[in-house]
Amino acid sequence: MVGYTDKIREISERLLKEGTVDMVIGFRQGSMPMMNEPCFAKRPEDVEKLTWDSNCGINLANYLTDRKEKIGVIAKGCDSRNIVTHIIENKIKRDQLVIIGVPCKGMIDRRKITSMFETEILSVAEEDGKVIVKTGDAEKILEKEEVLQKNCAVCIHRNPVIYDELAADLVEEQKDIDRYADIREIEAMSPEDKWNYFDDLLSACVRCYACRNACPLCYCPTCFVDESQPQWVGKTTDPIDTKTFHFLRAYHCAGRCTDCGACERACPVGINMRTLTKKLEKDCFEYYGWEAGLTLDARPPLDAYKPDDPEDFIK
Amino acid sequence: MKVIKIDKKDWADGLAKLSGGYRLFGPVKDKEFHNFKELDNGELPDFDFSNTKLSAKSMVFPQAEAMFKYSLDENEADHHIMKEAEKDYSPRAAIGIRPCDAAAFLLVKKNFDTPEYKDPYWINAYEASVFVGLACNNPCSTCFCTSAGCGPFHEDGLDVLLADAGDYFLAKVITDKGEKLLQAAGWNTEADAGEDQIETLKKEAEAKITASVNTDGLKDKITTELYDAPFWEDVAFACLNCGTCTYVCPTCWCFDIQDETHGTSGIRMKTWDSCMYPLFTLHGSGHNPRGTKVHRVRQRFMHKLKYYVDKYGDGIQCVGCGRCIRLCPVNIDIRKVCELMNSYEPADAACQVA
Ligand code: SF4
Ligand code: SF4
Ligand code: SF4
Ligand code: SF4
Repeated sequence: MVGYTDKIREISERLLKEGTVDMVIGFRQGSMPMMNEPCFAKRPEDVEKLTWDSNCGINLANYLTDRKEKIGVIAKGCDSRNIVTHIIENKIKRDQLVIIGVPCKGMIDRRKITSMFETEILSVAEEDGKVIVKTGDAEKILEKEEVLQKNCAVCIHRNPVIYDELAADLVEEQKDIDRYADIREIEAMSPEDKWNYFDDLLSACVRCYACRNACPLCYCPTCFVDESQPQWVGKTTDPIDTKTFHFLRAYHCAGRCTDCGACERACPVGINMRTLTKKLEKDCFEYYGWEAGLTLDARPPLDAYKPDDPEDFIK
Repeated sequence: MKVIKIDKKDWADGLAKLSGGYRLFGPVKDKEFHNFKELDNGELPDFDFSNTKLSAKSMVFPQAEAMFKYSLDENEADHHIMKEAEKDYSPRAAIGIRPCDAAAFLLVKKNFDTPEYKDPYWINAYEASVFVGLACNNPCSTCFCTSAGCGPFHEDGLDVLLADAGDYFLAKVITDKGEKLLQAAGWNTEADAGEDQIETLKKEAEAKITASVNTDGLKDKITTELYDAPFWEDVAFACLNCGTCTYVCPTCWCFDIQDETHGTSGIRMKTWDSCMYPLFTLHGSGHNPRGTKVHRVRQRFMHKLKYYVDKYGDGIQCVGCGRCIRLCPVNIDIRKVCELMNSYEPADAACQVA
């Protein structure tokens, strides 16, 4: 993806030189394999640190919230959808932004790759749809398609939906994707199995809230779990309190979540809390034909009253 | 010092004997990763790990711990009176704690056990513990213990150091507590040239450490200059304030006190807290002196790499386990920040900015 990086630097340098933006928000190379760090460039010479590869899974819309500057922001498909949501929800103004769209080819799943190797991974490189992984004693070439982040594997909006500049030609969208196979499996469970499934899913949670904090939708000045008057939820890792946090957070994201996967990616203990938000994403799609962040012209379904809502779920 | 040879075939038996006199803790695999937990009856610690996801600090400093209980039921004689929660301070043994985590207890002790202030929960649990360390034959790429006052075969804070030598463990006796534990397990065969064997393994392991930090300049830096250094905005930008770095850290000691009431009965708890959280310094007035992410990130690094250094004069508040580096969702790397701080010259910065 050298082409992407060069183009991103070129556009960013131009925007900074012209003074069109005060800063560009993007990624810089991380200090560990399969990790990049969100960063900003404020001077034209800083654009040299900007980079792009399959380790840019953190959602940069999260770094725009309530900023006052004029900002160039690098946006893959899902970031652009969250930017749309941010604009609708008044978290940033459209005219503050120069959106540098990145037609995305999917991010790789660092946990999956890590679990495929017995020993520590020392370097990971990419070339033509291949991922080359080196450990202390071995080298292995993986097909990128097979090690995509789960949400990227089922993504049908890889191209940015809103942009001012493009870092590459648009990519072909994935077709004939069964996006909700995992959710249907859970839906088919008995209530008891569901309960056990969620118990197990969330058992390792340490309540750090990295999932919430990585999420561009979770911008409340004080989250309900942090409220102390009244205190809605206990502060320990009690299983009921933990579930309360996760279930409520998922509901707060209903109709707004783009399934960008930043939450799951951020979790230090590898919990797939995306199953919760994704169920609601599926419901929004099935009940309202709604996919979040595709247009600036409509508000999310749970945020708007329509007399002709089908309301089939109530009958 | 005495070195005992423990044949691996005698391992499970010995542990079974120990479980009579000690509550056993150790690394166990939980789904995809290892954690440090109290072992179930008959459960063996799993030594096929590089390090546990969370540190072993919870053995002495759990994420949530009841201190007091109370009743709000006025029909009860002792309603509205805080009563000590029952505690189990019977002997406990950590089997296979990494040397960095054990060294971290000594560091944290400086905070919880001072002439002025004593945290009884921490001290009682710590004193009830025997630490049987497992030396690291294969440190990770993020381990920088040898430059953080620790090391893969570091002994401070341990009662016994175990080294895996293939078919057997070499157990170096460090304290009387450790000696007693080995005897209770029935492990008493002295190893031939045990110290030499350990020394060889130690040299091999230390040679494998590739990461390091320079800390020599920190103590001479002027605190306010470091505080005002221009790099903090850049360092903090990506941070999510999730506090993962502090939760997984063996040396982070901050806690909160929380009451939880169910109906008319309640408990008062000590729970982990973190300077990464906005609530950490929120005043009753609503003012927050560390109101932004930059303040909070700076606090974490200034505490570990400057305030602690100045206050205790024995190095940094970090044992180099590398957990915060591996687990930070956005790759904020203490090694890089330490380098920025250690090499910071305000004059240079002034030129650069101008
Ligand atoms: S990031 Fe993971 S551990 Fe942290 S609160 Fe979310 S699910 Fe729990
Ligand atoms: S783990 Fe990383 S993102 Fe989370 S609070 Fe620490 S430095 Fe910030
Ligand atoms: S600061 Fe990081 S490397 Fe140092 S002891 Fe804590 S978790 Fe380990
Ligand atoms: S770094 Fe923060 S959480 Fe850790 S001990 Fe210091 S103030 Fe407490």
